[in-house]
Amino acid sequence: MSVGIPLFLGVSAILFTIGLIGVLLRRSPLTILLSLEVMLNAVNLSLVAFSRQIGGSDGQVFALVVMGIAAAEVVVGLGLVVAMTRRSMVLDTDELRTLNG
Amino acid sequence: MDIVVFFVASGCAIASAIAVVAQKNPFVSALALLANLASLAALMLLLEAQFVAAAQIIVYAGAVMVMFLFVIAYVGPRGEIGGGVRKPWLVALSVFAALLIAVEVIVVVFGASLGAVASVDTDYGSPAAIGKALVTDYLLAFEVVSVILFMAAVAGVVFGTGGRPVRLSTEQVLAKEGESAVARRREASRAALDAARDSTTGESAR
Repeated sequence: MSVGIPLFLGVSAILFTIGLIGVLLRRSPLTILLSLEVMLNAVNLSLVAFSRQIGGSDGQVFALVVMGIAAAEVVVGLGLVVAMTRRSMVLDTDELRTLNG
Repeated sequence: MDIVVFFVASGCAIASAIAVVAQKNPFVSALALLANLASLAALMLLLEAQFVAAAQIIVYAGAVMVMFLFVIAYVGPRGEIGGGVRKPWLVALSVFAALLIAVEVIVVVFGASLGAVASVDTDYGSPAAIGKALVTDYLLAFEVVSVILFMAAVAGVVFGTGGRPVRLSTEQVLAKEGESAVARRREASRAALDAARDSTTGESAR
């Protein structure tokens, strides 16, 4: 294998940062969920890279579990978006301040 | 050869991730995320994780993204409303914090001596090896994930079906408001229809 593991981890860190900036700065809940997917996939890449480093299948099983949890999170998040749409609320996270203390 | 594939795939992954975050239209964001998932699957193939790469394509691109696109189509143009940007100091602080995490991770990763990469046989990353690990060492995690997925499905149904605007039938309106209310509603809707017809004919004449 000619590509070093640190290069994969660096790409993973850059992707994680891009996703984090998206989660912090965007206001549409749909885009926030998409940016969250970018973050989760970046972590998946680093899990697979570490798994290759130590030569075991543990990291890959972890990545599969993360995929399952990501699917569950998307279902709940999109359900919330649909519920907001049906109650004809504005799809803007800054406007959802009913619970703001 | 590997290094070429690595740089092409990681360049595509980073470019499409920037597109996901920067696009105003959530539909384009979702399509960019598809490109991101595909290039990440290529990177995972370079790491000899064939089963995880295939699951990435099948589970994410096949199932999760289709659900995303359905909801984006359901929401329609309302999904773009929140495209605005925050206060400048908030933006600067967020980008600074995120870049701090990136620099930290990159310094740690390239500063640490990870040692030699383990040599693996051809069985590594195959469905058989992963499946064996899932149902032996990680059986509890596997079962917990299935329970969580079930709970998420129930929660999605509960969230998605609540808050439907109630539509009364004619009998219910009669019982509630009486005969005159129904007549008034009919009159109002007929007047609205007439007005609409007038405006369309007027426009076509013009």
